[in-house]
Amino acid sequence: MNLEFSPEELAFRDEVRAFIEENYPDHLRNIGLREDLGREDMLAWHKILGEKGWSVPAWPVEYGGAGWTPTQRYIWSEENARVNAIMPLPFGVSMVAPVIYSFGSDALKEQHLPGIRSGDVWWCQGYSEPGAGSDLASLKTTAVRDGDHYVINGQKTWTTLAQYADWGFFLCRTDPDAARPQEGISFILVDMKTPGIEVRPIKLIDGGYEVNETWLTDVRVPVDNLVGEENKGWTYAKFLLAHERSGIAGVARSKRGVEQLREIAKTETLDGEPLISDFDFARKVSQLEIDLAALEITELRTLAGEQAGRGPGPESSILKIKGTEIQQRLTELTLEAVGHYGTPYYRAVADAGSNEYPIGPDYAQHSAATYFNMRKTSIYGGSNEIQRNIITKMILGL
Amino acid sequence: MDFNFTEEQGMVRDSLARLVREQYDFDTRRSVVESESGWRPEIWAQLAELGLLGMPFSEADGGFGGSAVDSLIVMEEFGKGLVVEPFVSTVVCAGGFLKHAGSDAQKADHLAGIIDGSRVFAFAYAEPRGRYDLADLETTAKRNGDGYLLSGHKAVVIGAPWASHLIVTARTSGDRRDREGISVFNVPKDADGVTTRDYPTVDGRRASEVYFENVAVPADSLIGEEGTALPLIERVVDEAIAAQCAEACGAMKVAHDMTVEYSRQRKQFGAAIGSFQVLQHRMVDMFMEYEQSVSMTYLATLRLDDEEQERKRAVASAKVRVGQAAHHIGQEAVQIHGGMGMTDELAIGHYFKRLTIFDSEFGNVDHHMKRHVSLSAAA
Ligand SMILES: Cc1cc2nc3c(=O)[nH]c(=O)nc-3n(C[C@H](O)[C@H](O)[C@H](O)COP(=O)(O)OP(=O)(O)OC[C@H]3O[C@@H](n4cnc5c(N)ncnc54)[C@H](O)[C@@H]3O)c2cc1C
Ligand SMILES: Cc1cc2nc3c(=O)[nH]c(=O)nc-3n(C[C@H](O)[C@H](O)[C@H](O)COP(=O)(O)OP(=O)(O)OC[C@H]3O[C@@H](n4cnc5c(N)ncnc54)[C@H](O)[C@@H]3O)c2cc1C
Repeated sequence: MNLEFSPEELAFRDEVRAFIEENYPDHLRNIGLREDLGREDMLAWHKILGEKGWSVPAWPVEYGGAGWTPTQRYIWSEENARVNAIMPLPFGVSMVAPVIYSFGSDALKEQHLPGIRSGDVWWCQGYSEPGAGSDLASLKTTAVRDGDHYVINGQKTWTTLAQYADWGFFLCRTDPDAARPQEGISFILVDMKTPGIEVRPIKLIDGGYEVNETWLTDVRVPVDNLVGEENKGWTYAKFLLAHERSGIAGVARSKRGVEQLREIAKTETLDGEPLISDFDFARKVSQLEIDLAALEITELRTLAGEQAGRGPGPESSILKIKGTEIQQRLTELTLEAVGHYGTPYYRAVADAGSNEYPIGPDYAQHSAATYFNMRKTSIYGGSNEIQRNIITKMILGL
Repeated sequence: MDFNFTEEQGMVRDSLARLVREQYDFDTRRSVVESESGWRPEIWAQLAELGLLGMPFSEADGGFGGSAVDSLIVMEEFGKGLVVEPFVSTVVCAGGFLKHAGSDAQKADHLAGIIDGSRVFAFAYAEPRGRYDLADLETTAKRNGDGYLLSGHKAVVIGAPWASHLIVTARTSGDRRDREGISVFNVPKDADGVTTRDYPTVDGRRASEVYFENVAVPADSLIGEEGTALPLIERVVDEAIAAQCAEACGAMKVAHDMTVEYSRQRKQFGAAIGSFQVLQHRMVDMFMEYEQSVSMTYLATLRLDDEEQERKRAVASAKVRVGQAAHHIGQEAVQIHGGMGMTDELAIGHYFKRLTIFDSEFGNVDHHMKRHVSLSAAA
């Protein structure tokens, strides 16, 4: 056992760091995941990485993956977090692509993988429905064969960033009479410009619009857009969710977040001293760092397991639960650190097109919105209750 | 021992509850919060008509001879409806300063306006660098002939856009954070040299950054004695905290009820999610947090007129307990609502936001925990 980087790994780190320094767009530095970013902002870095061949490092090399070891991938996310880089969105890169290259036809691989790799094609995930959230298998959206097309009807919801999406991957019911609801579901790729698709924005509590309702009315999709076998979509969906969950741990980003929290706590004062020298506050930051260290090593152990050929299994639920709890605690503490200046509703001030001086310190501006927004992380991607149910069943065997 | 409300208090509660139910439903609140003015002066006038704005003042002062328990009743109902109108800053804070330390002339001048609803106050006490320390003041008031010259910057002054007057804490002598040398002034918002930057808050209210640049105020704008106002400020802030704890209790009650109700309706896996024991127990925990908060709010309210140390300990205890409960209940309510809890459309997220900001008003959990520790050490 050994936690130190080898000389090769250190050289790799320097190479990566230099590349990021030279190529990461200046105007997108340190803005993190602010919700007022547009499509071009969110894709800018992805496109630069696409040209370099670094946009999809985890894919198999034959499809354009970088062939990096888990340690290299870890170094990669650390270095990106240093500038709070806007990383490629997961829907294409780490969700649909692994399904396509693992189960899709050669035609689908040729059609879709290049656009995902380059960052030219934006994907969204059409799983959830108003009546099918945690109980995803109860979904009702139907896809009915009509010659060489499926005709899709139904309503999806919570479709993240569908307002920008070129393509979506949808779970649809193709056999309403299957013995178990899981057995009649198919995984279908849909061009979002197909007639019959309507995307309606949903406003969230932080004031942003990142999710949508997606209505599908007689949407005709070529049968060739089916991934894998008909009625086997549940298997692919579960495979994908395990991938989604490991990305969700967000260790590197949280580490950067803790650094920023410390910076804030050095600037804010309590009794005339920096807030960070207050034991109560410092203790909470330390607790967070300790929890984060535990999560980090747990993730590295999982990655090493993957390297040894054990795909992400139910253990990824641990990463999802602990990673999101840490993200939520981090944003809660950041809001606490800024004191009174967590109260102004900065988005309304910004929307008013105000060119006046800012209210309070810069670092306070998104603290409340980010805290409110991050409550989503224990709900989406299979809620933390569902993750605990998975561990109960799959690991504890209860 | 008696935890009952009087018959009169019961009637006040009922009529206010009806007003909130009928005229302050969630959709109405939303449109008011998003409107240009951000509040409803006509509701304020109705509150005055019902006598609610005069309740905590003695009959000699033109009020109804009530007590802090009356403010508790009002604020609990306010919390249930997420009412934004400035009862705490106007009635509890400004009213409190005038009641405890105002001269007869000052009372005559302002209390009638508070009671009849024509005069609205904001309480400008917080500063950008002072965090929650009431004595950490950089705003100064210098002698200027008979009067004073005020200079400084007050941060996130809740309700200031609606106010005609500001109660301002300032340093008349001493250094930043000295406990001596602090005074309280009543300043008309339209006084020369006062500028404001108004904005909405994340929990649906309005606030301002308020700047004082050599604002000349006459001698009789000083409330109480010059230089020794800290104990007075602490007392009024404790009264405001008790009132806001009551508001948080109201909001927690509704957030909990809504969550239980939602868990009965929402079906997943062929069952109401409320039938899953893991959620049941968490709603039980929320319920216990709420009940403990009500208890601590009663304790704080009933100790407000006690000896100073008793009062401070009770209020600090309440703010810690209710602040923790507010976080817990707000977060759990959103979580159990799933994706719907994240939407602006449902009321639950707005209760969560109000409960979040509650903690940072007049000192958060850590601040009041420290206060409790030092009071206990001193005892
Ligand atoms: C911001 C955001 C973005 C999203 N993005 C997408 C997206 O891009 N694509 C997509 O398809 N979906 C997306 N989702 C949907 C997300 O996957 C669902 O919200 C999630 O699966 C939970 O479903 P639900 O909201 O219907 O909650 P419900 O299933 O109604 O759950 C409500 C509560 O009950 C609990 N619960 C339910 N069942 C059980 C049980 N058996 N045991 C214990 N507790 C239980 C849940 O944990 C939760 O606390 C997004 C959601 C959000 C909030
Ligand atoms: C120190 C001590 C003194 C005692 N004194 C007395 C006495 O004077 N007289 C007397 O009659 N008994 C006495 N008891 C017994 C006591 O009442 C039982 O221990 C208690 O009722 C729990 O029963 P059990 O130990 O069989 O645990 P179990 O019933 O087997 O429970 C094991 C665990 O499962 C949990 N559990 C069980 N059912 C559920 C459910 N439906 N939902 C969720 N969780 C559940 C329990 O909470 C517990 O955590 C005493 C016990 C102790 C430890």
